[in-house]
Amino acid sequence: MTTTLSARAATPPPARPPVHTAARRYRTAAMFMAPAGLGFLVFFAYPLAATVYYSFTRYDLINPPQFIGFDNYVRMFTSEPLIRTAAYNTLWLVVVLTVCRVAFALGVASVISRLKAGVGLVRTLCYLPSLAPPAAATLAFVFLFNSEFGPVNRFLKLVGIDGGLWFNSPTMSKPALSLLALWGSGELMIIILAALLDVPPEQHEAAQLDGAGPIRRFWHVTLPSISPVLTFGVINSIIYALQFFTQAIVAGSAAAGSADVAGNSKYIGAPLNSTLTYPVWLYVQGFRYFNMGYAAAMAVLLFGVSAGFTWVLVRQLRGSQHQEEAT
Amino acid sequence: MPTLTQRTGRARGSLLLCAAAAVALLATACSGAAAPAGGGGAAAAPPGRGDKLTVTVYSKFTAREYDVVTKALNKLRDKYPNIEVRHEGNQDDDKITQSIRGGNPPDVAISFYTDNLGVWCSNGSFQDLQPYIERDGIDLNQIPKAVRDYTAYQGKRCAMPMLADVFGLYYNTDMFAKAGITAPPKNTTELFEDTKKLTQFNPDGSIKVAGFIPSMPFYGNQAQYWAPNFGASYFGPDGKSDLANSPGWKAMFQFQKQLVDFYGGDDKVEKFKSGLGDEYSADQGFQAGKLAMAYDGEYRDAFIKDQAPTLKFATAPAPVLDSLSDQYGGAFTTGTIIAIPKGAKHPGAAWELIKQVTLDTGTLVEMANGLKNVPSTTASLTDPKLVVDPQFKTFLDIYASGKLVANPPSPIGDAHLKAVNDFAERWLAGAVPDLTAGLKQVDAQINDALAQKPTG
Repeated sequence: MTTTLSARAATPPPARPPVHTAARRYRTAAMFMAPAGLGFLVFFAYPLAATVYYSFTRYDLINPPQFIGFDNYVRMFTSEPLIRTAAYNTLWLVVVLTVCRVAFALGVASVISRLKAGVGLVRTLCYLPSLAPPAAATLAFVFLFNSEFGPVNRFLKLVGIDGGLWFNSPTMSKPALSLLALWGSGELMIIILAALLDVPPEQHEAAQLDGAGPIRRFWHVTLPSISPVLTFGVINSIIYALQFFTQAIVAGSAAAGSADVAGNSKYIGAPLNSTLTYPVWLYVQGFRYFNMGYAAAMAVLLFGVSAGFTWVLVRQLRGSQHQEEAT
Repeated sequence: MPTLTQRTGRARGSLLLCAAAAVALLATACSGAAAPAGGGGAAAAPPGRGDKLTVTVYSKFTAREYDVVTKALNKLRDKYPNIEVRHEGNQDDDKITQSIRGGNPPDVAISFYTDNLGVWCSNGSFQDLQPYIERDGIDLNQIPKAVRDYTAYQGKRCAMPMLADVFGLYYNTDMFAKAGITAPPKNTTELFEDTKKLTQFNPDGSIKVAGFIPSMPFYGNQAQYWAPNFGASYFGPDGKSDLANSPGWKAMFQFQKQLVDFYGGDDKVEKFKSGLGDEYSADQGFQAGKLAMAYDGEYRDAFIKDQAPTLKFATAPAPVLDSLSDQYGGAFTTGTIIAIPKGAKHPGAAWELIKQVTLDTGTLVEMANGLKNVPSTTASLTDPKLVVDPQFKTFLDIYASGKLVANPPSPIGDAHLKAVNDFAERWLAGAVPDLTAGLKQVDAQINDALAQKPTG
């Protein structure tokens, strides 16, 4: 016993890493993190800080900025009329596009996941549109939806429906842009498809044994399993809609009879500013009217809204996950 | 082994370092706004005959037009054989601005968009050319006043005109003959009557051929192009927007509405419009025979001859408001402008190049023949080498009429033009119940934009 005790007493305590080892580990970790940290500083923190700073200035891109306090923000909420139109258009797209894009991608992915043959071909065909350059895709859609000679309206006419003016109508231009966005939502569809295929088949079998039909299985088995991916899809769609730019510029330009879609295109927002989205107006303010301070204030607001949406959704997702784990 | 305090100290040190770096970056951002040097003041010396240097030129010209302009730019080498001209095409105004902002501008910038001149001039993006003009004793009276006006801002000559655009009326002579019309309309009453005679409707009431489409903005129908024909002005004596008090704007919008009502409403016109091809495509409405008359620039002449060679057409000055008959024969003018950006590396050579392409008759005529634009000096206008056909001659006559009107350069670029065109769209769609009240809102919008710019 004594021997044992003394032996125990002689046993050295668990070795703590030597000082130099811990420091080395710290340095190594810091070095590995440095590129990411530098990238974060240069490409996110600095531009964000600079944008916030510029938002309090009058800045024409050429001369040094002049500090004007909250004037840009005051103007945004009081005297500048088109920002309201632009914000409304973008909000419309956020609501409609987010719902439709996620539902459409989920629907297509669900169909593909049930296919018995030709899965690869169908999956590729559904994904391909997302690879089309936005400007070219928009011009193609403007042609397809042309009210006079477009194939869509011709087909609708065959079945007795007056197709309307689409991109030439202020009430239909945004739905037309939404259809264009749905057509190009292949990336989201692929992500959701991967999630669907990842749902354990045993859960479906168990639910089926319990007498659950396809709808209840989808609601109680599939949806909870893919909810993190759907939340990602919602966040992704919100940000996509908040940044809706190229398609809006090209469609507006085409609606005004011009194919000149390069920088400084004369026509923006046609018809009746229905395609004037928030990012488009931000760009016009900053780079055409040289109101970079005001554009920066708009960008800060856009960032705040995007971050807010993301925060709320992520929080909700975490909440539902915790609830699930608890049950 | 470092203690917790030491570790915390190190962490704090790292944080402080990061914060210092961030502050330094931010400070750089703030001071980075300071523009590159070389804003100019005195005229830079011209290059020596034997100097070897490269002058960079940015323009938006592409394809065939790029070749025509490059050839003209290279004429500088007749005088300076060792100067190389590097012409970068497809560079729009955004790219020009970015290059100035980035401190790496071209030596010479060419823009199609005169509406940006006020912005560039007021914020110092373009150098003042007056010292060069005075040094070389150049008489600017060889350029019409309106053209001089759109290349200067508040007395500062920031650019020179390199060819001009003039707007007029194109009409289909076959359709005119068929409708029994013997002469183009000279005033808005005649334009309306001719429109009624020339318009054809389909059995379902939709438009088959439109006599004249007033929709705005569409093709050459833009508020700023139409304004001179109605005597419409933008700004009051105090420099603020004054559309609501300008009878010309009201007359113009009421005339447009009259035409739209004749067609049966805006929806019908929009439906018809949507079936017309793009402005610069072969399917453009006038070229495709779907519009009997159209308001457009002199450049349409070249497009028609290239894309619709069988179309029978003629040109005339644009009809004016009945009460402005003395203004008939004039028109709106704009054009290509050329300037030396702030920070240009070879401003002396750049000015020599600008002189070559804006004041040398031979070069101007060659470019005008190639691009089918109006040459901008009086000497080049009457040069025997200028290729002139009857349709093009109309625009040369308009240019020489002394009745040209240009947009007043503004520090807000084209913000006021977008506001007016947006209003026109809403007005024609029937979304504006009260014309005067609507125009007052446009005034408020423009004045809000003006308030963002420093005065003086």
